[in-house]
Amino acid sequence: MSIQETVKKKLSFFGGFVLTTKHLTRPRVTREYPLEKKPKQPRQHGRHVLNRYEDGMEKCIGCELCAGVCPADCIYVRGLDNPPDHPVSPGERYGYVYEINYLRCIHCDLCVEACPTQAITESKLFEYSFTNRNDAIYTKAELLVDDNGMPQKLPWEDWREGEDLMISGWMRATSPAGNADFEGVVQWAGELGYGVRAPEGGQSGLRDDEATHTKPIREVMEGHLLAKDIPAAHKGMQGRIWRAKISGERNKAKIEALKTRRKVAKAKKKTAS
Amino acid sequence: MTPALLAAGDPLYAAGLNWITLVIIVIKIIFSFAVCMGAVTLMIWFERKVISDMQSRIGPNRAGPFGLLQTLADGIKLFFKEDLIPGQADRFVFKLAPYLSVVPALVIFAVVPFGGVVTIAGRSIDLQVADPPIGILLVLAMSAIGVYGIMLAGWASGSKYPLLSGVRASAQMISYEAALGMTVVTVVMMTGSLSTRSIVNSQAGAIWHWNLIRLGFVPAIIFIIAVIAETNRPPFDVVEAESELVGGFNTEYSSIRFALFYLAEFMNTITMSAVIVTLFFGGPDGYNPFGHYGSIFMPIVWFLGKTVAFCYFFVWLRGALPRMRYDKLMDLGWKRLIPASLGWLLIVAGFMVNGWWGVGLALAVIAGGLGLARAFSIGGDLESRDQAVLPPVGRRPISPRLLRRLSDGDTKGGEQ
Repeated sequence: MSIQETVKKKLSFFGGFVLTTKHLTRPRVTREYPLEKKPKQPRQHGRHVLNRYEDGMEKCIGCELCAGVCPADCIYVRGLDNPPDHPVSPGERYGYVYEINYLRCIHCDLCVEACPTQAITESKLFEYSFTNRNDAIYTKAELLVDDNGMPQKLPWEDWREGEDLMISGWMRATSPAGNADFEGVVQWAGELGYGVRAPEGGQSGLRDDEATHTKPIREVMEGHLLAKDIPAAHKGMQGRIWRAKISGERNKAKIEALKTRRKVAKAKKKTAS
Repeated sequence: MTPALLAAGDPLYAAGLNWITLVIIVIKIIFSFAVCMGAVTLMIWFERKVISDMQSRIGPNRAGPFGLLQTLADGIKLFFKEDLIPGQADRFVFKLAPYLSVVPALVIFAVVPFGGVVTIAGRSIDLQVADPPIGILLVLAMSAIGVYGIMLAGWASGSKYPLLSGVRASAQMISYEAALGMTVVTVVMMTGSLSTRSIVNSQAGAIWHWNLIRLGFVPAIIFIIAVIAETNRPPFDVVEAESELVGGFNTEYSSIRFALFYLAEFMNTITMSAVIVTLFFGGPDGYNPFGHYGSIFMPIVWFLGKTVAFCYFFVWLRGALPRMRYDKLMDLGWKRLIPASLGWLLIVAGFMVNGWWGVGLALAVIAGGLGLARAFSIGGDLESRDQAVLPPVGRRPISPRLLRRLSDGDTKGGEQ
């Protein structure tokens, strides 16, 4: 071992001190959850939603495929023939009973995959809070979307403003397999409150993100990518400028929100006085 | 004690003992106790906050502004928890041990001068609780009693991990106490007094009067290392090594007794920082630009500043260094620090007589050190040689003949 190497090895003792000092100024990785919510991943598996067609008919046909495929045995479905005078679903039968036990559900989304009519999908809601076992069983009353096509807001759920897309029920469990033939092709029926949703982007290199309303996955989850998969514009000095721009915009939004809050508070004071 | 004997240490007793003197003493005691308790809560908050900053976390921020009241909340929570005593425990010693570790930590602070001399109502008052003529010996004695707190806690729990921790604690703290005492002797030799006030006074005036520089850095460094081991702080916290010993000596403790150990640990950090500052960094000595009024509060500011700097240093060590292996720790204590402090003591003593003695003793120490290093290297070789390695426990050695007979590959050995 040369002298330089020896000296380097001895000096490496101080590496810990240098590193800890550097970390003092670094941004914190912790998120203060109840105050600030992390943006959800595009395919987050949350609690289920039973969808309806645009005319208000239920999509569920009571076929019990979801219950059959469920590895945790948490779904209980019973179908019934549609009453001829006021049909619940456009088909022959409809889901008469639909229950999901969230003490058992593992959010694997196999039910979503199995469903032939896209009746059951998962929202990005994840806040469950129940104090007894009966509350853990969500019935059709809780799962079915309301007349605006939104999931039912349960008393223990925490919905924030501007999280409409997050709360909405639409979500495919997996991506459309990367087959270029399905690129930009709508593969589902319309939905109450939202109409026909835009098709998802496939995994082909030529996909049109604008037309399919999808963000490239590398923009959404850059932190999880390997170094070679991050675009050059987000690396190094360029990346720093890019991040600074983004954070500047975010700060602007924050400052504006603060200003409006202050204005509201002032106005309230004035009205009070 | 007669007033004359008392006055030898403290100018407060010059006029003899009367009720005003007693009131002043009581006020000083209450004040410094309150300051200590407040400082401990702040220290725990400071440590958690700094460590979290070093790890890119946020740290406590729920209770009070910046989480300042988190310690208080923890204390209240611990106070209301169930106080368990294990069935195997020695009940009296189990209850006694937390106090044995808290009280010395607080008592040490009594002899630390945290300011200059203030004159109120014609009495000159030292800004320290007491200035006994044996000052620094009290620090050594109390830190030795602190060992009992941890050792007895480990023993009285009647549980194996705390017992191991107690054994480690006694061995570690006693061996580092030797180096600690040796460096203190260097300081005392230079000052010619055991009183902490005179140690501080002898360093006053300029930065090169500080013992850190006067004694040539080595005693200060050894003292700091020994103090870290003495207070069981990382990287020398083998006593409460979570990865090896669950929680160490306080595994079986809960409720307020556990809180007392926690308190003692952080109080020790503060008091030992204060002792380091007193012995090597001039105590309250420092630059005063504000004239007469500055001479009252600037010493306090300097003392606090230096102590906080050392508290930060201790926290930094915890953030930066991994825990040392137990045998390496003992090696460092016995093979490095004790010879080094002893040698430096001899060199300082030599130079205090005259230059020739100093140079001669320095050469002798260097020669002795080289001999010692050679001895250690030979010993290390012996330890790592093959013959010294014991066969693995739990397996009987099988003779090659028997092995051959048992294995079906070769039948030559056994059958004939």
